[in-house]
Amino acid sequence: MMPLNRRLFLRGLTAAACSGAAHPLLTTVTFAGSDGAAPLGDHRLVVVILRGAMDGLDLLRPAGDAHYVGYRPNLSASQGIDLNGYFALNPELDGLMPLWARGQLAFAHAVSTPYRDQRSHFDGQDILEAGTGLDVPDGAVRDGWLNRMLQAVPGLTADTAYAVGGEAMPLLRGPAPVSDWMPDLKLDLSAQSKLLLDHVYHDDPLFRDAATEAMVLSDGLDSARTGAGMAGAVSDNRLLADTDRLVDFAADRLSGATRIAAFSLSGWDTHKRQEGTIRPQMRRLERVVTRLSSGLGAQIWGKTVLLAMTEFGRTVRENGSQGTDHGTGGALLMAGGALKGGRVMGLWPGLSEGDLYQGRDLMPTSDVRAWAAWAMRGMYGFDRAVLEGSVFPGLSMGDDPGFLA
Amino acid sequence: MTPDPSTTAFRFGYGLPHPTGAASTVEGMLAALKAPDTMAATYPGPTMAAMLPVMHAADTVLKISRRATDEAEAEAARVTYRGHLATLRGMALGGTRATVARALDAPDGLRERLAWFWADHFTTMAPSRREVGLPSAMLDEAIRPNLNGPFSALLGATITHPAMLAYLDQTQSFGPNSRIGQKRKKGLNENLARELLELHTLGAGSGYSQDDVRQMAELLTGLVIGKDGFRFDKRRAEPGAETVLGVAYDGDTLAPVIQALDDLSRRPETAAHIARKLCVHFVSDTPDPGLVAALTSEWISTGGDLAAVYTALLSHPQAWAPNAVKARQPFDFMIASLRALGIPGARIVAMNEGAFRRLILAPLAGMGQPWQAAPGPDGWPEAPEDWITPQGMTARISWAMDAPGRLVRPPPDPTALMQAALGPRASAALQWAVPRSETLREGLGLVLSSPEFNRR
Repeated sequence: MMPLNRRLFLRGLTAAACSGAAHPLLTTVTFAGSDGAAPLGDHRLVVVILRGAMDGLDLLRPAGDAHYVGYRPNLSASQGIDLNGYFALNPELDGLMPLWARGQLAFAHAVSTPYRDQRSHFDGQDILEAGTGLDVPDGAVRDGWLNRMLQAVPGLTADTAYAVGGEAMPLLRGPAPVSDWMPDLKLDLSAQSKLLLDHVYHDDPLFRDAATEAMVLSDGLDSARTGAGMAGAVSDNRLLADTDRLVDFAADRLSGATRIAAFSLSGWDTHKRQEGTIRPQMRRLERVVTRLSSGLGAQIWGKTVLLAMTEFGRTVRENGSQGTDHGTGGALLMAGGALKGGRVMGLWPGLSEGDLYQGRDLMPTSDVRAWAAWAMRGMYGFDRAVLEGSVFPGLSMGDDPGFLA
Repeated sequence: MTPDPSTTAFRFGYGLPHPTGAASTVEGMLAALKAPDTMAATYPGPTMAAMLPVMHAADTVLKISRRATDEAEAEAARVTYRGHLATLRGMALGGTRATVARALDAPDGLRERLAWFWADHFTTMAPSRREVGLPSAMLDEAIRPNLNGPFSALLGATITHPAMLAYLDQTQSFGPNSRIGQKRKKGLNENLARELLELHTLGAGSGYSQDDVRQMAELLTGLVIGKDGFRFDKRRAEPGAETVLGVAYDGDTLAPVIQALDDLSRRPETAAHIARKLCVHFVSDTPDPGLVAALTSEWISTGGDLAAVYTALLSHPQAWAPNAVKARQPFDFMIASLRALGIPGARIVAMNEGAFRRLILAPLAGMGQPWQAAPGPDGWPEAPEDWITPQGMTARISWAMDAPGRLVRPPPDPTALMQAALGPRASAALQWAVPRSETLREGLGLVLSSPEFNRR
């Protein structure tokens, strides 16, 4: 198999900053005002992958659509929070309303990747994280879109981007240097053991680079700030406590040299009794946003955009067990002080029978990649050609939706 | 055919030293799969027959606790309920210990590795504490008895097992026009039907449509968990014929469901999908196309006879390619380590629960493989890059340095462990490094952390 280039690059990184790891398709862009210490400037991009197909119609309920209650008699029973007279926010996210009022929360409805019809979580997530269209042969693209963005940036260090938590994050995988870490992890080794392990790992790059990264990060954490003091105590609830630790770690890194962070929240595959099963997930999503906002503090939060996206949406109709099955169009949640939000964006396709995709799903009207591309362009100044040609090959970004402050 | 002994042990078993009574030839390995499953008999796990009465008793007292008007009565029922859950939890833990013990003691490591492979192919997880023992029961009742026969038998047994019906929501799916569906206004749940086509048989992108998924879901209505386990409930089954991949299945009985599963088992898409998956699991993430083709054509010509497919695998020279390009998954690493340290299955069964969780289960989770909790119904990832991560290596190295001294007193000599666990696979670098460790603990840790021990 192909060597995992990221690991090879990391080897050089542990000592000093790596020079730009150029993707063959990429022309490296130079950032105005960027220097070796902060190659991406001040803006922070946080990408949260919601695994399992988050129900966009339950996050952002089309309460003003005449068909909505008929399709979803159980799911529409609880009162949503009115956003704009048409869409209502899931009530579990009421803690985000102050952000909405300040223009630091926005949504794009009826978004999707180019993936269609098979409705497989695993293929859907692969395509979401590869950032490709369907014209790319299976396995031809081995890196993720967030990594390809980094490949266009010179002067990155291993600290610039972090995949946080125990789950693999293919969207950050690739040749550009990226760190993986999870909270509360430390490798304690004697100096002699480190030397001997270096020796036995020397000829196996996969082991060598994983172990080196583990040792470097363990050492680095000793001197790290205690972090997240602003965010307050960790929750008593186990699910929320895990989320808190994840977010606190991300906030700590983002308060330093890190500019990009990605992690995932699983548990969105709500096939049955959705009102109950989606509730803890909605609370976690709310928690991620509120805790990140307080952990970063007003100044850094003001330079931050968080994008929470999922592989596809769910069926417009409830299924036979008060849940929903795999669908197509879904919703994107955006939060951060760098937004000009307080809006629901995207073209709403409607819910009448003829408006649905294949008579069952929300019709996608925009590509979720285009929103991410506009965020990257607005925050970091990438050329459209880089975004449409390399980061998201084949994407047409369309007109600037203008959602950055 | 007598292949390289250490490759046999690493690639198709749980490592060195060879178990007592292990076959050294391909013919011997295949013959061992036909023999009775002595390990399942030696270390029995929980059965549905044993768990169902406790599950029902738990349901009954839960209802009592909710309906009770008297607080003392409700509290008494809750205490009894928690007792039943504790019993079920203990039974499930017995299944976990049994799985470890079998892998440690089995003379035929291949059977244990295949049991793991199929349990992963048909991944189930317990949806609630009440169902905590179901995945282990499925392993013993559906997978182990069928792993060397026709795939259709394995498929039929797993798809109809209560563990699968509960995990993939089949218990929540009703024929919309069935008697119960009409009466209770209930409808379909597509979850099991979709994974059956995508994960268990044909494979994603192999050409089936959303309509096939829908029709399959209608066909599967009627599969329920009754008082005594799986049964077919006609009152929930969607009336009329369903057409899957162009074949019509008619009749409101179990027979058309079994027929459809049998047809799916024989499809060339299924053959290619699972042949490749076997090669990826055992040999390489980018398996030799000739190797995959050999298994696929054997599958097609025998209608999915698994013994014949394994024969095609083990008889192919590419299955024995010398480079160890796969990484041992955490469970594989853990078993191989315990075997190299000489820990017998009986020790695991007798170990107190706290120690078992602290020394075995918690470290597995730290290495990225929490027990019976794969990321989804597609099971565990295969690529070495998914396991040999900074986090994963932190957990492996930490366990390797810490656990041997706690498990074996006095601890073995590190050089002796290196020879027992690696034989001819120990690299010059490791042979140089091990004697230079400052402590016995670090020497043992170095052996178990080495690339040659962690690859297969």
